[in-house]
Amino acid sequence: MLRTSAWIRYNWRVVWLTLLYAGFLISAVYGFKHHLVPQPLMYPVAILPALPIIGIFVAIGKYLVEEEDEYVRMLMVRQVLWASGFALSLATVWGFLDSFDLVGHADGYYIVIAWFFGLGIGGLVNKFTLGDGGC
Amino acid sequence: MENRLRLLRAERNWSQQDLAERLEVSRQSVNAIETGKYDPSLPLAFRVAELFDLPIEEIFVSPSRRSSKAI
Repeated sequence: MLRTSAWIRYNWRVVWLTLLYAGFLISAVYGFKHHLVPQPLMYPVAILPALPIIGIFVAIGKYLVEEEDEYVRMLMVRQVLWASGFALSLATVWGFLDSFDLVGHADGYYIVIAWFFGLGIGGLVNKFTLGDGGC
Repeated sequence: MENRLRLLRAERNWSQQDLAERLEVSRQSVNAIETGKYDPSLPLAFRVAELFDLPIEEIFVSPSRRSSKAI
């Protein structure tokens, strides 16, 4: 992706959110493993690692709003569409295979991993079809 | 969309980067428009037209006119 000022801001947000995610995840896992989380706080603590990931989706939305170069913005929109199509298709196929007991059950958050992988696919598609926006 | 951007730019001895700076877009945007991989929005097309002091249709070839010529 091209390094516009909006892209640089987006990258910094993602870096901070990733660090926050790592911190929250390690803390939550440690807390639950050592039975340090009191009953009323179990749900909030379990959700903590999800918040920075949601923050990354917000960061992508903010980037699309802030990006002034319309061509560069279109590259990101194409990536997001590829990511969404890939992740939703994978979830649908996996869901049916799971229903017929042909594959093991997968935790819901794997869909997010598939979505980020899809962003990479979208970047490659941009690279091969437009010559820009490699991941 | 077919266009005369490369020709107009060459007439002025501008690089893609020069044109990009004048239009306040990335060089990649200029390249994508020149090669017909990306059709600019109407506001950007107007900026291009104003920069070269030409009507839009003298820079960008209307796809419908192009197809009717082919017939």
